[in-house]
Parts: sequence; structure tokens; C-alpha cells
Amino acid sequence: MSKSKCFWLVMAVAMLISFAGSAFAKPIEINWWHAMRGARGEVVQKIVDGFNNSQSDYKVIPVYKGSYDEVVNAGVAAVRAGKQPHILQSFEVGTQTMMMSGAIYPVHQLMADKGYKIDWSQYLQPVLSYYMNADGNLMSMPFNSSTPVMYYNVDLFKKAGIPMLSKEKPITWDQMGEITGKLVKSGVKGGLVTAWQSWTQIENYSAIHNIPFATKANGYEGLDTELLINNEKVVNHIARLKSWMADKRFYYGGQKYQGPKSEFIAQNAGLYIDSISGIAKLKKAVHDFTWDVAPLPVESWMKEPQNSIIGGASLWVFKGLPKKDYAGVAAFLKYLAGNKSQILWHKATGYFPITLTAYDQLKAEGYYKKNPLQEVGIKQLTRRTPTKISRGLRLGYFIQIRNIINEELELVWSGKKTAQQAMDNAAARSNVKLREFERIYK
Amino acid sequence: MIKKRSYFKSRTLAYVLILPQLLITAAFFYWPAVQGIVASFQLSDPFGFRTRFVWFDNYIALFSDPLYLQSIGITLLFSGSVAIVSISCGLFLASMANRALRLTSLTRTLLIWPYAIAPAISGILWLFLLHPSYGVVAIGMEKWLGIDWNPLLNSSNAMLMVVLASAWKNISYNFVFFLAGLQAVPHSLIEAAAMDGASPFRRFWAITFPLLSPTMFFVTVMTIIFSFFESFGVIHAVTQGGPGGSTNILVYKVYQDGFIGLNLGSSSAQSVVLMGLIILITVLQFKYVERKVQYTG
Repeated sequence: MSKSKCFWLVMAVAMLISFAGSAFAKPIEINWWHAMRGARGEVVQKIVDGFNNSQSDYKVIPVYKGSYDEVVNAGVAAVRAGKQPHILQSFEVGTQTMMMSGAIYPVHQLMADKGYKIDWSQYLQPVLSYYMNADGNLMSMPFNSSTPVMYYNVDLFKKAGIPMLSKEKPITWDQMGEITGKLVKSGVKGGLVTAWQSWTQIENYSAIHNIPFATKANGYEGLDTELLINNEKVVNHIARLKSWMADKRFYYGGQKYQGPKSEFIAQNAGLYIDSISGIAKLKKAVHDFTWDVAPLPVESWMKEPQNSIIGGASLWVFKGLPKKDYAGVAAFLKYLAGNKSQILWHKATGYFPITLTAYDQLKAEGYYKKNPLQEVGIKQLTRRTPTKISRGLRLGYFIQIRNIINEELELVWSGKKTAQQAMDNAAARSNVKLREFERIYK
Repeated sequence: MIKKRSYFKSRTLAYVLILPQLLITAAFFYWPAVQGIVASFQLSDPFGFRTRFVWFDNYIALFSDPLYLQSIGITLLFSGSVAIVSISCGLFLASMANRALRLTSLTRTLLIWPYAIAPAISGILWLFLLHPSYGVVAIGMEKWLGIDWNPLLNSSNAMLMVVLASAWKNISYNFVFFLAGLQAVPHSLIEAAAMDGASPFRRFWAITFPLLSPTMFFVTVMTIIFSFFESFGVIHAVTQGGPGGSTNILVYKVYQDGFIGLNLGSSSAQSVVLMGLIILITVLQFKYVERKVQYTG
């Protein structure tokens, strides 16, 4: 071997060793696919940076994968290709699909396996319960959670001589009828509009009044569940809204939030039901009137209204990745649930903090004194311990079921069906979907 | 002498040259199509851990669902309307532009422009005009004309809105082809007819229109295929299939059930039905309409 050859060989070996060395010292990368765009995405990045800077063993890499359904689809494709990320954000309606997937590592188990003793009772129960299995074990980590509340136009209320609403004590639906009547009489184009009608007027209405949405404890206790939304109370509620359409005390602005929101902003409607995430949107968009937030209305017979239920998304951990990674995933989830991340998240996005300790710290800071609007939702959500009926919904093909409910409700609003016919039909059509879903897992 | 055609000496070279195209077609059409057909006979969870062969169950479930049959009807109505509106407007504009050809380079560009707009954007633009809550035109119609325009609840309003949004975009495409077709019509024929005393209308129907039939045929086939598939973006942006499912065309249902709902078996079966339907329509057009097409001119 010549001298120069020997030199190159030594160099090559040295380089290899140094590469291997640097690879060894490199932190383990943890991929997190999410659907948080724009300002929310920036907060996600902030939280992740905080975690990455706090230690050197793991590096979380958040990747924005599009809307909720695009993220879930990316996850499905990745699992099929064996290239799943560690953490996937999935919306609440996908809970049953994720839970049944056989591709996930339940969060309660992950945390226990990695030696974290977590006092789950320190979490907001209505948030946790949405993502628990029938035995009360947490399957995914709640991340962004919201609940519907009611917005009202203070100026229009004053003009019509209606007293302002309480931020804690909900009005009754009978009062709602009177208030909207006065509004319309005072010359406002309409009374109430609502966003996400299935979520706010049927799912949450049922939870608040402790009315079962589906059999088998709303689907928690078995795939052989059937919808019960054609019950008398829900049907009467829908029929009442329909009857209010005659004099525009209620009117329809579309399935999502854009239409109803613009009706409220244009002062065509004095009341508007939407998620608490509407607070930030209205703050930005409304300049020419004052508005305020109140809890959702309750029936007069419901003396102790239950908690409302959440919407939003949670973080699922996929199994089948290198064992050493999971300690990092657990450490990150722990960090995420910590007060620092939760308070940052809540203040910046309005989504609920998921622990009571974070909530208490916010209260102690006087945050809610300065931002009373932010507390309406959280109080409504935590006003009572969730029952088996108000803890959440666990349905296969839930997205299709929501679509069905939306379609049938539209047929009520346009006068093609009565409330009873529509709800009967919605239940029957949804049950077909539920049976199809059940069949997959038989 | 200049050879008009070149011949390949070996067959291999010819095959090698078409290979890239074949590979692309195989990878992006045949492979997914076969996968789709296979999946349509299966019952599977989204993640593919449990997959069972269920023969025709997915198809039986589809055709026993009255809403699916309704969706086929909606699709035919929608495609027919889009075709009629976009072809007649495209032809009208093209014949107008053809008359005043010299000043048209700007006009032509302006007329072609909408085709460069993605269907979803086109949908959003129309929404900004016609949404009952924030649409400029819709608010104006209600204020000054007293028309109760509500595509959120009125299904024919909604259908009209998506047809307009889809057809508007396609008018430009049809316009380009009609204009090219019109320019290929020999002037001598039209002048001769004019000398014989035929009115402009008569000249159009008796000479231009028959000579335009190859273009017309092509444009019809393309528009129908467009309205079956490409109009997805419009529906997604404007109505999401509503109100009450009244604009839920087949391709949107495939998306909703497959992509959003993760019901892969049913969604694949729907794709296969859709593919079959479009093949059938195209074959019928070639078989019965093409006969009447005059390619010589």
C-alpha cells in the first residue's frame, strides 16, 4: 500500500467515525403532524421550541399537513406505508375510527409504561372524557378543545330594551323566544342564528339536557349503537326553531360558521351560537357595535343543566416505531400538558387549558378578570361532572352522520319535512352507517 | 425529394419511444384504476388492517340507497345544464368575436382568462356574488328587486349557483375551440351563400354550424367530462353538496365518503360506477353523435 493510499484510508475511516459519532449524539426526532395553520401554527411552533430547548435528547418536528381531514388521510396513508409519524392530530369526530384502528398506542398506557404517574383527576373532566374508552382510560391526549357559547349584540339588546344576559346563569329557551321576539319587533332583521347546527343544536343540546344521543352510552359501550335523536325533546326543540322561522326569530345561515357569523356581524341577527373560537374572530371583525358572551340556553325544566361537550382535536400516538422514541413522545406529551404550554396555548388561541392547575393559575393571575369572555365557555363546560350521557359521543362514520343530520335539518328549515320526519330519517340513515361501520370490525 | 414520413427500421425503437407515456399512463391511471376496482369488492377499515372480500356488497348497498340514485339524477341534470349553458354561451361569444376579428386580441385574451382560474376559486368568486349573507349581487337582488334568493335552503337556487360557477369557467375553454373552428370555415362558402341571398342566420345554420360539428362534438365530450369530475372544486367551495343533498353530484359523494368519511369500499365502488358511467356516455356520443359529424370541409 502506498503512502498516499494509506493516508486516504485513514481519512476515510476518521470521517466515518466522526459521522457515526455525530449521528449518535443527534437527538431523536419525533414527528408531529397537525392541522394548526397560521397564528395557531405559530403557537404550536413556540410550544415545540420550548420543549426542544428544554432538553437535548429529543427533537419534536411539527409538520402542518392541511385541514383536519387531510391530516387524518395523511396518517392513514402513512400507516399503510409503514411510515407513520409519532403523533397525529385528529379531530373529535374521528375518535372512534382512530380508537378502532389498531394502529395506536393508547396515551394512558404510554404514560404508564414510561413511568409517568399522572393524576388524571387534575384534568378538565369533560375534555378528557371525550377521549376515554368505556373503562375511563385516556386514549389520546386532548389538544385543542372548544365548546359552543352564545354571542349577543349589546347595542341591539339596549335598543330593544332587553336586559343584558348573565355570563354564568343560562337563559331558558322560553326566554330566548321572548328576547328574539323583542329583537324582531324592534326592527332587527332576525333573532338567532347558529353555526355548526348539528354540533350546537343537537349534540350539545342533548348533552346539556342529559338526553342520550345514541344507545350504548352514546356509543362508548359498543359498536352496536343506534341513534336516539328522534326523541321527543330534540324533535320539539327543532320544531320550535322551525316555528320561529316564520317571523325570523330564528333563521338559517348555513352549515358552517361563515354565513351565520356574517349575519351577526352585519347586525342582521342579535344572537349567534358558535364555538368559543368565535371570540377571537369577532374581536377582529366587529368594529361598530359591542357584543358579549353568554352560556347556551337551557330548557326551563332542566334545573341543573349538564356540561356542554367539546369540539376540537386530540393527539394520537402511533405504535410500531422504534422503542427508544416513545420515551421522547411521553416526555413531550407531559410537557404539553404542563402549565406553561397550556397557559400559552389558552391565551394565544382561546382553546381550553386541559388541566385544572393551569386553569387555577390563570384565575390566580387575574386573567379572567381581564378577559371575562374567555371564562364563559370553561364555566359552562365544567359546571357539572359529566354523566355517561354528557361525556361525549363515540360513533363510527361520525362525519357522515353529521352530514346526514345537516341534510335533514336543512329539509326541516326549507319546510320539506317536519322535525319528526327529519329526525326519524336522520336516525334511520345514520343507523345504516353505524351498521356498516360495525361490520368492518366484526 | 423530401420524405414526408419517416419509418423506424426496428420496432424496438418505436416501443422505447412510447414507453415513457405508457409508464405514466400505467402508473397514474391503470394502476390506481385496478386498485380501485379491487377495493370496491372489499370491506376494509381505513388503515387496512382488516380487509375482507365481500363480492358485490358495496355495489348492492349503493344501488339500494335511494340517495345514491338521486345523486345520479342530480349529476345528469347538473352536467346537462353546464353543457348547455357553457356550449351555447361559448358558441355565441365565439361567433361574435369571429365577426370582429381585428380588434379581438385583447378581447380574446380577456375571454380566455376565466379558464385559467381553478374551479374552487371560481366557486368562491361566485359565492362572493351570490351568498345570501355576504354576496353583493344576492343582497342587491333582495334589496332592490325583492327576490327571495336563498341557495342555503332553496335547492334550485343552489343548483343554479353551482351551474353558473362551473359553466362560466368552461365558457372560455369552449370559446377558444369554437373560435378556432369558426376561423377554419372557408370564407368562400359563406360569401357564396351571401351572394345567393342567404341571411346571416341561415348562413350560420346551413354552413357554419355543420362545418363546426367536429368542434362541437369535441367540446361536448370535454364539457361533460369536465362537469362530471372537475366541477368538484366548485361544489366543494360553494354548497358542499347541500342544501339537503340537492347538489351532491357523484364525484363529490366519492370524495365525501372516501376522503372525509374513510369508507373506502363504498367510495371505490362509487368511483368504478362513475368511471363506467363516463365511459358509457362517451361511447354513446361516439357511436350516435359522431355519425352526424362532418369532418371534411
